[in-house]
Amino acid sequence: MPENKLKKIPVREQPPQERIKNFSEVCLGYNEDEAIAESKRCIQCGLCIKGCPVGIDIPKFIREIREKNYDGSIKTLKSFNSLPAVCGRVCPQEEQCQLPCPLGKKGDAIQIGKLERFSADQERSPGRNNVPDIIKNNIKTAVIGSGPAGLTCAGELARMGYSVTLFESLHKLGGVLRYGIPEFRLPDAILDFEIDYIKNLGTEIMTNVLVGKTITVEQLFRQGYKAIFIGTGAGLPSFLNAAGENLNNIFSANEFLTRSNLMQAYGSSRISDTPIIAEEPVAVIGGGNVAMDSARTARRLGAGEVNLVYRRTEKEMPAREEEIEHAREEGVRLVPLTLPVGFIGDSQGKVREMKCIRMQLSEPDSSGRASVIPVPDSDFTMPVRTVIVAIGQRPNPLLVRSLAGLKLGKHGTIETDENMMSSVPGIFAGGDIVTGAATVILAMGMAKKAALGMDRYIRSLSS
Amino acid sequence: MHKVLKNQPLAEKIFRMEVEAPLIPPNYRPGQFIIIMADSRSERIPLTIVETKGNAVILIYQVVGRSTEKLSSLKAGDPVYGIVGPLGHASEIKKFGKVVCIGGGVGTAVIYPEIRALKDAGNHITSIIGSRSGDLLILKKEIAGISDELFLTTDDGSQGEKGLVTMPLEKILIKEKTDLVIAIGPVIMMKAVSGLTKRYSVKTIVSLNPIMVDGTGMCGACRVIVDNQTKFACVDGPEFDAHLVDFDNLLLRSRQYQKQEKEAHPCRKIN
Ligand SMILES: Cc1cc2nc3c(=O)[nH]c(=O)nc-3n(C[C@H](O)[C@H](O)[C@H](O)COP(=O)(O)OP(=O)(O)OC[C@H]3O[C@@H](n4cnc5c(N)ncnc54)[C@H](O)[C@@H]3O)c2cc1C
Ligand code: FES
Repeated sequence: MPENKLKKIPVREQPPQERIKNFSEVCLGYNEDEAIAESKRCIQCGLCIKGCPVGIDIPKFIREIREKNYDGSIKTLKSFNSLPAVCGRVCPQEEQCQLPCPLGKKGDAIQIGKLERFSADQERSPGRNNVPDIIKNNIKTAVIGSGPAGLTCAGELARMGYSVTLFESLHKLGGVLRYGIPEFRLPDAILDFEIDYIKNLGTEIMTNVLVGKTITVEQLFRQGYKAIFIGTGAGLPSFLNAAGENLNNIFSANEFLTRSNLMQAYGSSRISDTPIIAEEPVAVIGGGNVAMDSARTARRLGAGEVNLVYRRTEKEMPAREEEIEHAREEGVRLVPLTLPVGFIGDSQGKVREMKCIRMQLSEPDSSGRASVIPVPDSDFTMPVRTVIVAIGQRPNPLLVRSLAGLKLGKHGTIETDENMMSSVPGIFAGGDIVTGAATVILAMGMAKKAALGMDRYIRSLSS
Repeated sequence: MHKVLKNQPLAEKIFRMEVEAPLIPPNYRPGQFIIIMADSRSERIPLTIVETKGNAVILIYQVVGRSTEKLSSLKAGDPVYGIVGPLGHASEIKKFGKVVCIGGGVGTAVIYPEIRALKDAGNHITSIIGSRSGDLLILKKEIAGISDELFLTTDDGSQGEKGLVTMPLEKILIKEKTDLVIAIGPVIMMKAVSGLTKRYSVKTIVSLNPIMVDGTGMCGACRVIVDNQTKFACVDGPEFDAHLVDFDNLLLRSRQYQKQEKEAHPCRKIN
């Protein structure tokens, strides 16, 4: 193979110095020539399919790009993945489809994510969002939660002809895609396009409805909904339970990102009344995508010094490779092998110092990830003015606990069968509420399966 | 959409709003609150439901910042961008016996539905309402109508007893056996009441109103320390055993955005 074929076509990005002053998308994506050139590197072996959690026929959609058959390529993608414009941007491709790519052994793997994004963005050019003809069956179904799982399930059910009502507790749709992942990684416009499609399919949208409080699941069944999908995600933020954690200027990543993204506090005060604080030095605790998003948001809000404190090493960080890379380019300092154990405040109750201990790597734990143990007598303090805690989210117990007979897993997740049906007939679930905090593609895949399961279940009722 | 049906001042900077929210009344119980956004740029702010009426909810709020100011400027017929609720746990309503209900400032509006429900449950109700001055005492007539006894206090003595709500409270605690005290108002007032009832070993409930964003347990902005543990007021509360609440932390946390709010709105006062 010629040497140049081993090199990926680089994707254009906003330069770091510029992008830390704005919230526009960092990655600019391939143009047509670049996409075609990248697609030509593909040797069509198909090994990548195994790496995709939903088994997209990747060689086919890449071949279609190469042939400039963009309609075909988006159709191929959409027959497996209902949110390709989102997944092309946020999937951890390097551990999924791009991992088995043979080109990656000697050079760069095919940039499958960037090609997926290119193909999906072609569809977003005006007039291309085609709504299929649907024969309505007037059977009522309900979808609770409008993250990637809920949006996907609603779309699938609507296309099968069901009447779908989508319930969301917040005032805007999108779940984590709206309130968590920042504009510079996933622009609202992309999400709005996907949501418009769901709306155009005839889905009834009910925002500001917290199911379990505003209306109960039993009431929904009584109102004639035949099957219900729960896609309420894993929105409950974990804290360290360290002394001083309730001092001012210590926020969960969820709060910080929600203020910035959902409440638009990143914009000027003309756009939003919601305040946000990113006083430097900022310490972000965690090593996942949520931590990266928080750190990069803090930089854009004007914090010069942002430290990302993680108890393992960079190698163990669960964040996407690209996010770590981007964070570093933007001047976020990684502080590995460090565990915060307490916080000290000033006279106004605002955090001033973070007490930490150094960690060292030890034997791998049951999941195969290196575990860490404290280094004796290694405590030190770090000056901080803002702390953002991004050490994980768990399922929100509010709805699931209100449901009698619902079988739950250890961490409050919903247990399901192979059709994504829970222990309560007619109640299905998918996404982070089933797996615990995971990924967009997995949420989407489960929701698709659940929609098929719901269809089968409803048919079985009438037969 | 939510249409404003009425929105009128009750006292200086205190308004009463009746707004359509058809999904809320059927599942509402006293003690619960809503999150409201006046327009698409407003903050999400929590307000306790005072009562429901047909398909509307009645809210009483004090203008303390830009978002409440926006609310106060709405007229009958105007739309409200969003309301979600009822949120939080309902108050525990049963027959306790002799109950003292204390409302401070706009907290009087929050405690009013609870007084009514406790009265209906057969309790003997002594109400104490306090404010800075007589013209700020709200719901006087309504609360007088459902209480067995009513005490008024004002900081300036313009109506009722001059001083704090703890003055009549202490007299009651000395005089007779009290089964339960409920106090809702400024943090400092609730802290003072709690300190007093602790000395007399009378169980006391307070309703906490920390800063919130979502109101559904998703952000932790509303975290409070109760019994040395972190709780989320929006889903674990809003009512807690006063004797276990860390009021000092609550007070500090309620000032989290004071600087930003002053910049955005110079006349804002908090607690
Ligand atoms: C900051 C951040 C960055 C991330 N980055 C990535 C990434 O780069 N790549 C990736 O693959 N994954 C990423 N993830 C994970 C990914 O976003 C989630 O796995 C995915 O969103 C889960 O989808 P979901 O539909 O199950 O839940 P969610 O997206 O959490 O949506 C659940 C929705 O349900 C609503 N809801 C909850 N309870 C109720 C109720 N009782 N009634 C009505 N509505 C309710 C919530 O308000 C929410 O809108 C990230 C997560 C975060 C927080
Ligand atoms: S307001 Fe966000 S968790 Fe309570």
